[in-house]
Amino acid sequence: MKEQVHEILNGYPAAANDSLIPILQQIQDKLGFLSEEAVIEVGKHLHMPASKIFGVATFYNQFRFTQPGKYHIQVCRGTACHVLGSATVLEEIEKQLKVKAGQTTRDKMFSLEVVACIGACGLAPVISINGEFHAKLTAESIQNILQEYRNKEELS
Amino acid sequence: MKLTIEVNNNKIYAEPGDTILDALNRHGISVPTLCHMKGFFPTGACRMCVVEVEGRRNLVTACSEPVVNGMKIKTHSSRVIESRKTIVELLLSNHPDDCLYCERNGSCELQKLSEDLHVRERRISGNKNKYKLDVSSPSLVRDPAKCILCGRCVRVCEEVQNVSSIGFVGRGNKTFIDTMFNHGLNLSTCVNCGQCIMVCPTGALKEQPHIAEIKKNLNDPSKVVIVQHAPAISVSLAEELGFKPGQNIVGLMNAALRRIGFDYVFDTSFSADLTIMEEATELIHRVTNGGVLPMITSCCPGWIKYAEEFSHDLLPNLSTCKSPQQMMGAIIKSYFAEIEGIPKENIYSVSIMPCTAKKFEQQREEMTQNGISDVDAVLTTRELARLIRLHGIDVHKLEPELADSPLGTRSSAGKIFGSSGGVMEAAIRSAHYFITGKEMVKFQVKAVRGLEGRKEATVQIGDLEVGVAVVSGLKNAEDLLQEIRNGRKDLHFIEIMACPGGCINGGGQPIGTTEEAVKARMATLYDIDEKDAIKVSHKNPYIIELYDKFLGKPLGHRSHDLLHTHYQKREVY
Repeated sequence: MKEQVHEILNGYPAAANDSLIPILQQIQDKLGFLSEEAVIEVGKHLHMPASKIFGVATFYNQFRFTQPGKYHIQVCRGTACHVLGSATVLEEIEKQLKVKAGQTTRDKMFSLEVVACIGACGLAPVISINGEFHAKLTAESIQNILQEYRNKEELS
Repeated sequence: MKLTIEVNNNKIYAEPGDTILDALNRHGISVPTLCHMKGFFPTGACRMCVVEVEGRRNLVTACSEPVVNGMKIKTHSSRVIESRKTIVELLLSNHPDDCLYCERNGSCELQKLSEDLHVRERRISGNKNKYKLDVSSPSLVRDPAKCILCGRCVRVCEEVQNVSSIGFVGRGNKTFIDTMFNHGLNLSTCVNCGQCIMVCPTGALKEQPHIAEIKKNLNDPSKVVIVQHAPAISVSLAEELGFKPGQNIVGLMNAALRRIGFDYVFDTSFSADLTIMEEATELIHRVTNGGVLPMITSCCPGWIKYAEEFSHDLLPNLSTCKSPQQMMGAIIKSYFAEIEGIPKENIYSVSIMPCTAKKFEQQREEMTQNGISDVDAVLTTRELARLIRLHGIDVHKLEPELADSPLGTRSSAGKIFGSSGGVMEAAIRSAHYFITGKEMVKFQVKAVRGLEGRKEATVQIGDLEVGVAVVSGLKNAEDLLQEIRNGRKDLHFIEIMACPGGCINGGGQPIGTTEEAVKARMATLYDIDEKDAIKVSHKNPYIIELYDKFLGKPLGHRSHDLLHTHYQKREVY
């Protein structure tokens, strides 16, 4: 993991503070999240305290600090989805997976993230699992969808 | 050229470059502030200091707005007051209402603002976030629930101490202050200096309390409870007890400590003298034997942890001497235990320090002998005042008493340890005698005195020209160390204190310590030095006796075992 981070940092030889966010984005693209180790390495490279980098990263919703699961669930909490009950959708998924938004299930199968709007308001309430959209959700359909993914995993 | 401005229909003068707040304060008009700190670049974040400026649609933050000639300002119009009051009401909307149980009850800036602005009811009720208390640190306790996000601790930690162990985490109403990856202070870069406590307006930051354990031991008849007080305590406790700032109340404090129930009262200035004996000898040893130079003092546990974290390349430059607190602890549980015939397991050794980092130092593994700690508990100046009040002692009615023998007699060189530059001056005095065999003609080394962040001097000792530097505040220290890494060679000896101004401005000192108070404390220390008969550590009769009867000679075998230590590199981020 450290090597992957260094590979990215090597692309920023004389970097200053203003390169912080692009670096973090690239690391997240590569690793799927910002690990503690990665934050420390970035700090060493930019001569910035790690607490500061953590502060900047937590300011933005785009950064994650836990490893994403095999299936990454994004729950849309935009206006249209909200009106059609996305709060219940989120609650239901949290209940089913026994994790909170921002966390990953213990078997590393699912991770859950809340996003502002995924631009599919006609399908509200909508979630996206690894980029695949699931529309007009209800409590039952959520259970079925999650079960489908679990079944798929057992078969493979 | 002076600028003229109109404030509340009165004309006042301002200097070019003043902010509105500077000009107002100079003329005795006070405007409440929260995020503002003297000497720091203003942010205008809390908006507590807003004033009305004619011609401006919005209220203006006085702390960050430069004065312009002819400006017309209203500082207490009803619009301004309403605005400030709303800010306080919003801050209170998610604040735990536990003032009666709060450490800072009576010294809280939020409480005072709420009183000053006549907040009498909870008008706004906000969501309260749930936070964990951070009790991981041996020195500090953080309670984010009481934090109002003024950011003063974050700025002190970064800009004065160059440590940055804490920062803002999250966004919006979920923002709070925390360490990297929420690991807690103990696993962070925190050096335990406590400067964050000194600037915290509320009870969000405080010292790790040791009072309960001390009370338990005071009530245990099998324990001999011994207390030592640091050089800076007797000149800073005064304010907590209703004396004028900087007054030396060492005699009254000795009396109060005996009434609380301590069996022996010793003065850490004695072991400061001992530190000088060892440290001056070590310096001479390094200079004459080609040892690692410049030698850097090791009295300040905040600086030591900083060095272990950020300057481990310079660890060989640190003096191996323990700090006066730990030297006293070691001597109490060896020499004193021996001459009094007290088993050292039965001794409970307490120190009173102007410092929170001393609570960390006391718990260091290196500061033990066969599993027995040199010092068992540390009280800050604030905790001592609390303990005195708890015991209902009216210090004003006491007669001054002397500290106990043999570890209670000091020279004035040990006393000035409390101020930045004091260790240096005391060391120079003894080094001069050790090298030339003669005392200095004038003992004062004025160039290393004062509140400046860095002081440098060249001192002539016999044929030797000794380059010395004194820095306080770890940012100042870092700047100097960088010069040394870059090849600066003219310095032989450096004194570093983590807190700006030294221990008289330590993180364990009374809340609300002002620059004037620090100056008064410093003046008193040098006044004591002026008036005292014994001005050098090596003339302290009990130090001479200690070496004759027990230690042998400085840097000798016993000294090495009891009074010297080593350091370790720390991997923290």
